[in-house]
Amino acid sequence: MKTEIAPAGASRRIVQRGGIVQAFRNSLTMAYRGLLKIKRTPEQLFDVTLQPILFTLMFTYIFGGAISGDVASYLPVIIPGILVQTVIGTSIVTGVQLREDMDKGVFDRFKSLPIARIAPLAGSLLADTVRYTIATVLTFVMGYLMGYRPEGGLGYVAIAAVLVIVCSWAVSWIFAFFGVIARSASSVQGISMIVLFPLTFLSNAFVPVETMPDWLQWFVKFNPVSHLVSAVRDLANEGTLGAEVGWSLLAAAAIVAIFAPLTVKAYMRRT
Amino acid sequence: MKSNPASTSEWAVEARGLVKQFGDNRAVDGVDLKVRAGSIYGVLGPNGAGKTTTIRMLATLLRPDAGEARIFGVDVMQKPQQVRQLIGVTGQYASVDESLSATENLVIFSRLLGLGRAESRQKAAELLEEFGLTEAAKRPLKNFSGGMRRRLDLAASLISQPPLIFLDEPTTGLDPRTRAQMWDTIRRLVKSGSTVLLTTQYLDEADQLADRIAVIDRGRVVAEGTGDELKASVGSSSLHLRVTDPGQIATARETVERVLQTRSSATAEAGRITAPMAEAGQVTDLLIALRGAGVDLAEISVQKPTLDEVFLTITGSGPAATAPDASSANERMEARNA
Repeated sequence: MKTEIAPAGASRRIVQRGGIVQAFRNSLTMAYRGLLKIKRTPEQLFDVTLQPILFTLMFTYIFGGAISGDVASYLPVIIPGILVQTVIGTSIVTGVQLREDMDKGVFDRFKSLPIARIAPLAGSLLADTVRYTIATVLTFVMGYLMGYRPEGGLGYVAIAAVLVIVCSWAVSWIFAFFGVIARSASSVQGISMIVLFPLTFLSNAFVPVETMPDWLQWFVKFNPVSHLVSAVRDLANEGTLGAEVGWSLLAAAAIVAIFAPLTVKAYMRRT
Repeated sequence: MKSNPASTSEWAVEARGLVKQFGDNRAVDGVDLKVRAGSIYGVLGPNGAGKTTTIRMLATLLRPDAGEARIFGVDVMQKPQQVRQLIGVTGQYASVDESLSATENLVIFSRLLGLGRAESRQKAAELLEEFGLTEAAKRPLKNFSGGMRRRLDLAASLISQPPLIFLDEPTTGLDPRTRAQMWDTIRRLVKSGSTVLLTTQYLDEADQLADRIAVIDRGRVVAEGTGDELKASVGSSSLHLRVTDPGQIATARETVERVLQTRSSATAEAGRITAPMAEAGQVTDLLIALRGAGVDLAEISVQKPTLDEVFLTITGSGPAATAPDASSANERMEARNA
């Protein structure tokens, strides 16, 4: 290493480390830690395994007839909707687990190490993309089993999957923020649900926007979740990469730009 | 990458007037500390005296409300990220990852400190070997004993061979054998050039390990010096005696204070008197004097001074937590006697 200790230990060289490269490396190490934890406690993957299966079955058969006439023609509408709702919902767990993790002694050590301040947070969030990937793949597989055949082909479905995972990662910063400022893990769950429900249900995920009252349409069309759902539909059903993808990524970038600094700041203040 | 040598200051820690307030509670109330590089420094005090809060402030984990602190000349508040390169922290509660194995813990901390993949594995193996944890390396920490956890925690603090190591109550809750092992490890650290600042509730631990000791009570340093200096102020041993007839307690105290030339204290309920004693031999003179005064003894013993007695002598009252009870008990007793 680049350090040397004199007998009295006083003349160690202090290295002016830092910057984006170190932050990135530290975050990757912390993500590795997150993956190891998932490997040790696979039971925490129950929600991302069962929820896509359950929700896809339920919503398709409940709403299919009413909204699109029959289940088969509802599938191209509902699968992207369910996908976005489930994966973004999964990102709440990130905040809850972060809260639990931060109460443990090991976070004291992270704080006393000369590492990028953002790394313990960014690492946890990065590791959780594994969860989003599982949920995404399972939702598409369930759709396929129920008869969904995306017109866009496998390539565009893959792009849609990556887009959803990236956007959920961005949204998870919101819940990470709640995780850092809340007193307990269960209160994180509570606040996050209040945010999540309007965002996912007041969107075009389940029903056509035209059936809603005017004042609500205004919000639904503005809601970034609607743009993400539309983007996924364009990609998977038509194989087009359009403006909706751009809007989704822009919204994701905005969320990260606002909540990442807020979260890191709150994390630093908290002891 | 720019690098500049740390100040070659002879002080590993210089703290002046550190204050930390939690709500109404002034946990640390103007602490001054000076720790010479290459030494072991003990911070001695009861639970809630402010030891942990002080360490957390010095280790950049907590921001002081007032005062200033420097580690090897680097300001804790202005350049925390540089200070973190100079220190290792082992907290009171093991700061290691419960869900991972010992090796995984050490590898992750090594990687965070900038070691490469292979280097990290090697470092982890070395440290596990040194701390006698090799056999348990792959087991999850959930099955570790308290002592093993502490050793792993200390190992994790040594990865970057920091010149200053904070140990917050390193032996609390350990059995005597593990405790002795921990003491050996701490001594070895200082031989290899590190400075150690440790907190403890045990006088004998501070006495055994530390070159200098600060006694801290209610957030303030109430005494500071070498172990010998502190003990001299308390007496090297402590006299406990119980009189048969509680009515004679005043006479007995007077005799004790005259012969030993110190202050004594009495717990009237049991007719018990305690007093510091410079040397155990004085007990002979005392016994003769007591017989001369016609005091009957139920029990007499000479013991090593306890932390309570250090406090009693230095602060004039018991440790913060027990003080109100003891004094109110005495008052009650005096009222009954009158």
